[in-house]
Amino acid sequence: MVPIAIDNVTLEYDTPAGKVTGVKDVSFDIGASEFICIVGPSGCGKSTLLNVIAGFLPPAAGEIRIDGKAVKGHGMDRGVVFQDFAQLFPWRTALGNVSFGLEMKGIPKAERDKIAREQLRLVKLEKFVDSFPHHLSGGMQQRVAIARALAYNPSVLLMDEPFAALDAMTRDDMQLLLADVWRATRKTVIYVTHNVAEAVYLADRVIVMSAHPGTVQADIRIDLPRPRDPLSLEFVDCQKQLMRHLGHKVSGNGAGH
Amino acid sequence: MQDAATTISAREAPGHSPGRAASRLRSIWRNVFPFIVVGVLWEIVAISGIFPARLFPTIETVARTFFALTANGILPHHAIETLIRLLSGFALAGVFGVTIGILMGRSRLAEDIFLPLVSICAPIPGLAYTPLFLLWFGLGSFSSILLVGFVSAFPVIFNSWTGVKAVKEIWVRSAHSMGADDRRMFTHVILPGALPYILTGLRLGLAQAWRVLVAVEMLAAVPWGLGWLIFGARKFLNTDAMLAGIVVIALIGLLLEKLVFQKIENYTVVRWGMVAA
Ligand SMILES: Nc1ncnc2c1ncn2[C@@H]1O[C@H](COP(=O)(O)OP(=O)(O)OP(=O)(O)O)[C@@H](O)[C@H]1O
Ligand SMILES: [Mg+2]
Repeated sequence: MVPIAIDNVTLEYDTPAGKVTGVKDVSFDIGASEFICIVGPSGCGKSTLLNVIAGFLPPAAGEIRIDGKAVKGHGMDRGVVFQDFAQLFPWRTALGNVSFGLEMKGIPKAERDKIAREQLRLVKLEKFVDSFPHHLSGGMQQRVAIARALAYNPSVLLMDEPFAALDAMTRDDMQLLLADVWRATRKTVIYVTHNVAEAVYLADRVIVMSAHPGTVQADIRIDLPRPRDPLSLEFVDCQKQLMRHLGHKVSGNGAGH
Repeated sequence: MQDAATTISAREAPGHSPGRAASRLRSIWRNVFPFIVVGVLWEIVAISGIFPARLFPTIETVARTFFALTANGILPHHAIETLIRLLSGFALAGVFGVTIGILMGRSRLAEDIFLPLVSICAPIPGLAYTPLFLLWFGLGSFSSILLVGFVSAFPVIFNSWTGVKAVKEIWVRSAHSMGADDRRMFTHVILPGALPYILTGLRLGLAQAWRVLVAVEMLAAVPWGLGWLIFGARKFLNTDAMLAGIVVIALIGLLLEKLVFQKIENYTVVRWGMVAA
């Protein structure tokens, strides 16, 4: 829905041991309604970049522009799913968590419950609407977090390895769901993952980041038609190409993960 | 829904297992056992005559005095006077303590102003303030209540402050990105997020309130109150009345803990999994 420009963004963390670079000179543009995946080795700064885009960390240099306007802080236009399971409010049930954003918007209770139930049904948690987060598994909590970010309908979705804790079957279902939601709502999505197959399945473009201190190493367009078939030759080729960028040794027929 | 409910209750309470009654009995026994030991030792000392019976009455004598003083209304009157002072003072501590603590946690300025003051005043024993308060506010209930409020506010302040600091940044970020304004950030995120610590602070505050109140009742020349009962009974060597007063303090403390604090905790922070049961 909205284009995003990431312009020479650098972020440094102040730690007792001195400054630690989170990301360094990162620049790329994201088109309106584009689905971007960010991949890169652990510790390269993917979560950091996402938090800068979300407006939680002010960059030391450079700026983020959303729809032409420089980002000055957090905003309701960006929904965030964090990497950390602890993001849910423990004092609210799954339903209460998902309806939080709607409550903040002032939507009446009956309606927000209806929307929240529907979102929980989409992530296959309709049986757990009244459960508190501590009674849900890590993967279930993460699905509640996704439902929560979708429920109040932000135009940009920032997702940090949201499916990493799921089993393969559930992950496939969730990827399908996300692809559907994205097709239907035309949100701009920035999605962090370790999983090459996931990136090829979901992304219009994949940003490959180098190891710490993270910079953009490659910007790869995935031009496969949708819905994508993970077993097709083209799909496997894309995966291989991406893995080569990540520094994997790719054998003749090997697909990773 | 039905499914979810049954799974959860099955996990929460092993309700249908046959071992439940037995484990219940065992836990009661574990709680009662130390008292039985102390009671037996007490009786041995009392009966042996090491102390004069006046000074070291048997449990039976204490119990008889307890019931006599309860039946003629004297003990309940003392208890109610004390309870009113306790709860008034504690209410002051709760309201001001939580407010100041949260302010300190949220605002740098408030932290800079209050923290040095609180850090200096908190370790001073409550009793040390008593003469000052009695001189400033006169003898009687009013100054006792103020003193109780003042002294028991410190643990509430400290814990509320810590609790606000312990609210996870990720909750605040989530709420921000979902459009929470300052007011609702406070009521919907900071307050529940800090609740485990706030409850701990209130608990410690109440214990503090008891300690200082019973002591100050001995000094503030109040006509009724358990502290006064205990202190006054000394003059006539009524150790049985003193012990009856101590028993009442213990009972009220136990009731407040079981009926108020544990209930609130079970309904909130325990149910939310923020504190282990
Ligand atoms: N809160 C913090 N304080 C100090 N340094 C941090 C902090 N968070 C991250 N860093 C540093 O910034 C760098 C990037 O971290 P980041 O969490 O963005 O990596 P990541 O790419 O998301 O890794 P992963 O895939 O493991 O989640 C790391 O080298 C880390 O040491
Ligand atoms: Mg990360």
